[in-house]
Amino acid sequence: MNRRDFFKKGTVAGVAAYSYFKFGKDINIFAQSKTINSNNYDLVAIKGGEPESMFNQAIQSLGGMKNFVKKNQTVVVKPNIGWDTIPERAANTNPKLIAEIVKQCYNAGAKKVYVFDHTCDSWQSCYSSSGIEKFAEAEGATMVSGNSERYYHDVDIPNGKSLEDAKVHELILESDVFINVPILKSHGGAGLTISMKNLMGIVWDRRYWHRNDLHQCIADFPTYRKPDLNIVDAYAVMKRNGPRGVSEADVVSMKSQLISADIVAADAAAAKLFGKEPNDLNYIRYADEMGIGKMDLSQLNINRIIL
Amino acid sequence: MDLRYLKKIRIVLSIIFFLSILLLFFDLSFSIQSSFSDYPLYLQFIPAFLKIFSVGIIGGLGFFIVILLTLLFGRVYCSTICPLGILQDFILFVRKKVKKINFYFSDALIRTRYIFLIIPIVFFLFGIALGFNLLDPYSNFGRIINNIFRPILIFINNIAALILEYFNAYLINPIAFQGVEYFSLTFSLIVLLLIIWLSAKYGRLFCNSVCPVGTFLGLISKFSFFKIEIDESSCIFCSECETVCKSSCIDSESQVVDFSRCVGCFNCVDICASGGITYKSRYKLNESGKLNFSKRDFFKNIGIFALGSNLILKAQKKIEVYKPNKTPVIRETPVSPPGSISVDNFNDHCTACHLCVASCPTQVLQPSFLEYGILEIMQPRMDYKSGFCNFECNICTEVCPSGAIQSTQLESKKRIQLGKAIFVKDNCVVYTQKTDCGACAEHCPTKAVKMVFDETVKLKAPKVDDKICVGCGACEFACPTFPYKAIYVEGNPNHLLADKPDKSKLEEQIDLKEDFPF
Repeated sequence: MNRRDFFKKGTVAGVAAYSYFKFGKDINIFAQSKTINSNNYDLVAIKGGEPESMFNQAIQSLGGMKNFVKKNQTVVVKPNIGWDTIPERAANTNPKLIAEIVKQCYNAGAKKVYVFDHTCDSWQSCYSSSGIEKFAEAEGATMVSGNSERYYHDVDIPNGKSLEDAKVHELILESDVFINVPILKSHGGAGLTISMKNLMGIVWDRRYWHRNDLHQCIADFPTYRKPDLNIVDAYAVMKRNGPRGVSEADVVSMKSQLISADIVAADAAAAKLFGKEPNDLNYIRYADEMGIGKMDLSQLNINRIIL
Repeated sequence: MDLRYLKKIRIVLSIIFFLSILLLFFDLSFSIQSSFSDYPLYLQFIPAFLKIFSVGIIGGLGFFIVILLTLLFGRVYCSTICPLGILQDFILFVRKKVKKINFYFSDALIRTRYIFLIIPIVFFLFGIALGFNLLDPYSNFGRIINNIFRPILIFINNIAALILEYFNAYLINPIAFQGVEYFSLTFSLIVLLLIIWLSAKYGRLFCNSVCPVGTFLGLISKFSFFKIEIDESSCIFCSECETVCKSSCIDSESQVVDFSRCVGCFNCVDICASGGITYKSRYKLNESGKLNFSKRDFFKNIGIFALGSNLILKAQKKIEVYKPNKTPVIRETPVSPPGSISVDNFNDHCTACHLCVASCPTQVLQPSFLEYGILEIMQPRMDYKSGFCNFECNICTEVCPSGAIQSTQLESKKRIQLGKAIFVKDNCVVYTQKTDCGACAEHCPTKAVKMVFDETVKLKAPKVDDKICVGCGACEFACPTFPYKAIYVEGNPNHLLADKPDKSKLEEQIDLKEDFPF
């Protein structure tokens, strides 16, 4: 029961698996170059359908889930489950989308799929009210608490400007594949919460971020670890009073979804979709400047699908 | 009719009551408390008594039921319903496994008994619940479980979770433990040690000296319909009944039973071979119930718990640019839980049993020390350092046995204003650091705290609309500043009704066929 040992082993395993994954991915892209993925899209934007069907179609145009999840890999799916609210309030990621992602991970051969978030309200209530627990478990995912400090381990963030270190959930450290599934929402402090802001749910001490230049910290964290895939849920979008919202009256149906491995591009596109300029959101601009990803959508190869 | 099952019935009933109450305090999933607590707690004497004043006669019906039960059968409450009484029986049971113990008749401690009965009553007449608070056996039991054993349970749960985690099995979830309130812990420990010592040595002496409920019911049992008596014609002076009487109330030599001290355990009926002990009619009992518990090492567990409690504050990080702020925040009025109507009402009716503390999913309810005052010591308060009141939760209002927190529908609870958020500009990150934050507004369930653009710093800064504030403390909990918060909840001495938050529909038409804006 030596935590240090355990953590050491976990890290070694994680690093090994991660390099395998990177290596494997290269091979795979190479092998599949003549399939649907031949367009090499940087980002897929889709609208007009249900969360599941949109995801299905969008991920196909990126070569399918097999491009991201290999046989026997462990996957961690990180939705936004911050609040004890029902799905109609759109404060948490759509549970049907999460279920579909879990299902596709298993179809691609995943050994195990975990789902967690470091919630704001009490986590048991969030997991159950959001519907995510029910839907994800129905597809065989394991829900793990994100509200226990003992699951978090110190990591250094050498390239961070304001954020030098953080305690990160072990599922992020140990899983082979990290899928980030934020929901697009208005946000009192950060302007909008999308993919990068969603990563505040994988660290322990969020207050540090709030104290020490929130935008810079949000941009700093992905220098340590970027998700392998970002799926932005914009099916129902909270246009005001975010991120918690007051009632369903704050929500507008946009029936959209964005998928990208580039976390900055995903956020930039989502900001546009919301009606804001990416440049006006400090953390997106900082992240672009730090080279984490591309904010300028005109430079990207985007697949736009309107159903 | 044969009544030799009296003792068995007593044991079965007491186990049912004891375990169900224990479960209420031990449930770590917070799923059963609100639906189930009414049943075992309805008959708890002092909470039921206080409920007459806080809720009304119907709510406090349990009080009259217990009196009626006592009028019929004597102090059966003490042996079947009272968890502290049952705990003493359990301690004695374990003690007897180690070494046999005989009891002998002793005179009643009349003066002690009445002092401990009269003082809390006099206090209560002056509107002070402290006497009941400190002496109520159920509340003492609750505090012992909540402050000593629940943390141990959480610790064991977390160890189990850790072991499972090692095998990558996340079957048991670790539970964040918000620490202990030292006075409540110390007081509970002293009571527990006193109980252990008294019960192991003198049986039910606590119930017949300190406990005001025992003394009060003893007065009533003098008139009870069924009584334990010695049938002089059948008694063979073997004095077996006296040696098993944990209340030391049978004088076998002079064939007298002090029924006011009898807790209705029926051990004497069970042991008497000659039919000399009667319970109104000449019924005999035999065979004792069998229980299987192992002895527990309290001190060892307490040591483990002390190690387990995660109270050590994190060391500050290296490049933190934040500078500690200087404006102290002093709360004038403590915040009492939703459904308590007013701080006074809460203080008057709470017996500090800590069931609400054990039931609170966010752990915002914590035992107080002197926040309410010395007379209200240990009564739970909203501690926004430990958590904040979940907008979608009303469990505490469902569990309170004394009506200090009154049953409140969730929709009504969402409008109760426990206090008002107060913004302390001088401490706020937006003004001291000139950076965005918004943690308070983010957590606010009604948007009583909003981020509004402030020209002076060219940033969005918190603004409070206290008309729609419910005083849940989410803003205070979330506020990242230290040592003082930049927003805090000032308690309302009398809870108020908050205005409804803005729920007008957003007018926005989305054309789903329109091209993407990029």
